[in-house]
Amino acid sequence: MLKREARLAWGLLLPTLAIVSAVVALPLLAIFWISFKPIGLADLRPPAPVVREALRGSDDKLRLEFRVRNSSQTEPISGVTLSDRLPDGLRVVTADPRCVFDGADFTCDLGDLQGGARDRVELFVTIEGDADAAENAAEESAPIVTGQSNSILTNFEFTLDNFRRIFSGDEFWGVFGVTVFYTVFGTLGALIFGLFAALLLNKEFRGQGILRGLYLFPYVAPVIAVAFAWIILFDPFSGSANALLLQMGITGSAINFFGERPLALIMVTVFEIWRYFPLSFLFILARMQSIDTDIYEAADMDGASPFQKFWYLSLPQLLGILSVLFLLRFIWTFNKFDDIFLLTGGNAGTRTLTVNVYEQAFAISNIGAGAAVAVVVFCCLVVFSVFFFRFVSREEGL
Amino acid sequence: MNLLRHGYVTGPVLGALWLVVLAFTLAVLMSFTTGDPFRPALLISVLAGAVIGGGVAAMRPGPRGAALAAGAALAALSLPGLAPIAAGDGAGAVWRIAGNAVLGAGFGGSIQMILHALPGAGALTRHEFEDAVIRFLTGFGYIFFTAIVAIPFYVMVMTSLKNQSELIQNPLDFSIDLSRGWGLLRSYVELFADFNFGSYLWTSFYVSVLTVLLTLAFSIPGAYAVARLRFRGRAVFSRSILLIYMVPMIVLALPIYIAFSMTGLRNTIFGIVLIYPVTTIPVALYMLQGYFRGLPAEVEEAGLMDGLSRLAVIWKITLPLSLPALASVSLYVFMIAWNEFLLAFMLLDDPSKFTLTRGIASLNSSEIPRQHLMAGAVVATVPIMALFLGLERFMTKGLTAGSVKG
Repeated sequence: MLKREARLAWGLLLPTLAIVSAVVALPLLAIFWISFKPIGLADLRPPAPVVREALRGSDDKLRLEFRVRNSSQTEPISGVTLSDRLPDGLRVVTADPRCVFDGADFTCDLGDLQGGARDRVELFVTIEGDADAAENAAEESAPIVTGQSNSILTNFEFTLDNFRRIFSGDEFWGVFGVTVFYTVFGTLGALIFGLFAALLLNKEFRGQGILRGLYLFPYVAPVIAVAFAWIILFDPFSGSANALLLQMGITGSAINFFGERPLALIMVTVFEIWRYFPLSFLFILARMQSIDTDIYEAADMDGASPFQKFWYLSLPQLLGILSVLFLLRFIWTFNKFDDIFLLTGGNAGTRTLTVNVYEQAFAISNIGAGAAVAVVVFCCLVVFSVFFFRFVSREEGL
Repeated sequence: MNLLRHGYVTGPVLGALWLVVLAFTLAVLMSFTTGDPFRPALLISVLAGAVIGGGVAAMRPGPRGAALAAGAALAALSLPGLAPIAAGDGAGAVWRIAGNAVLGAGFGGSIQMILHALPGAGALTRHEFEDAVIRFLTGFGYIFFTAIVAIPFYVMVMTSLKNQSELIQNPLDFSIDLSRGWGLLRSYVELFADFNFGSYLWTSFYVSVLTVLLTLAFSIPGAYAVARLRFRGRAVFSRSILLIYMVPMIVLALPIYIAFSMTGLRNTIFGIVLIYPVTTIPVALYMLQGYFRGLPAEVEEAGLMDGLSRLAVIWKITLPLSLPALASVSLYVFMIAWNEFLLAFMLLDDPSKFTLTRGIASLNSSEIPRQHLMAGAVVATVPIMALFLGLERFMTKGLTAGSVKG
């Protein structure tokens, strides 16, 4: 019975396991592999021979010409061969000595092709029958070229250059500091504002449902929509925020909110708080509503003041959910990418580790370095989650 | 602290703070609706608020009396340079006087509610003092949160209805010229006619629906196995779900980009439909297993006793019982897929295959006027908001069940 149950369990889990390991585990392994490779964006396509076929010349100069070139400018391709079928209506007069015929099929052994090198195979032919048809047939048939090249992605050549590169200089520690600032203040801010909002809505009144729905908007709306709305709102030239501040006399000249250090970092952190306070608010509110009201009545009898009740009764009860939220939000804020990417693109001192992955891999086209940063991010995550499980399994039994 | 807890101190201090808050709010509100320059006068607000607050604390009028008196007082004061809401050049005097009268009435009524429990003059008990402060903070909180949430969305909608030159001329003017009629919606019409947004909308919709279906198909059996069946490695398994849920997408996106580039899956909807469910399956697994655990096992055992197989029990008993949870999970997964940006941005280059979020990203260029960008943002936001408001109960449940993530 038990055995059958276990078998059924694995049966039910198998599809999920398969797909998750294919898309999570394999990429994780891949990222470790790539981080030790000297690889750029351009190396993603391994060097391959490229061929063009044409019927050229006329009369006794009439020839079927194959032009072969190496797609890579630097990497050699070895053992290049070209094979095709001679179209009907053509007869070979003299052939390239490297080609061997087997009826209408032929194979030419071209040897090695250096980086950026070109080669040409000529078969002098005569046309028997309709010239146009033969020409079309010649150009339609697709010749097959093969060759072995050394792909950086799959060979066993490793390097530590990527790590050396990202850890060298002050840049890494700058990025790391920005990440820590963003994560710590983003998380704490979202928690504090969430707690405040939850306290506001933890009572029955008309319109409570509407307000609760409204306060969840920032989290539910697509990040791209709200990020662009913020950019437009805080635009230095035509943003409403600047116009308001100018008109109220708070500032003398327009402020470039997302373009100045250290204001940009503060702004992206504020955005993070704005976008995620609804989430903490929702969790804290759910926990608050499950607190037994008896203790508050007892406290009222004893003459406790409202602040005392909050400090000595509510807060200890909320401590569990607050710490779980803190840890989870800390991890996910650390992992956050799209918000900063959309708001500043990592400029003006807002480049966090995750944005740096993208920057290195796609902006500088150095996939290896990007992967190395990703490995660093992943290692931080492992440390956090060890901490998380040791702490949280005691707290909330997740 | 003890000095603060005195009727003649608490009243004026809270009054001053409250009037500053209200004056600020109303000035911003009036600027945003009329486009005329209004600003709060800080010093006058503090003084007037303190005087009225002190008066209310000392004389203890009824709510109507306080509102009338304060409204009349501020309206009478609203000469240039004397009122809490000051107007810049070109702002209408009618607006200014009306604004100040409304401010005064609102302020009088609300400060009376904040202070009404104070026993007039003399020292206050801790209880009375803190109650007043909490009422002040509550009022402030409602205004603050509503403002910070509403303003960006308001700006988004209003920008989409205007045109570039109007926006640059006066960034504060969100008033809408209703005489333009349908012309107001010009940027929306252009989005759908020239920028192919109809097709993006459709792509986003069916990709999201497919994601929901695939996610459920994979996660229901998995969640059931983890929640109900006994097998070795169950504990490890249930924990590793959460762990996977924590892996940052950008770490995975890089190898996925490489793999998709090499296999030709990049730039295909098939690739997107392949990858989206994988990002949502861990969430769904986590949410569903929690719900399955909460279902009474006895019902299922009764089914087993009656000779149903395990799979039949799942199909005929467990699933019908968990319909609300399935609704929550579906909604939440739909929201994730609909809002997803990073993968769509990295994997799709061909404009004919864009999802809505990718389409909006392509509008972000200096050649395309910003009302189009904002109209695109509205188009992406409205469906998910409508869904959210219509099914708020499920949505909220879904959010609390599985989503510390975002």
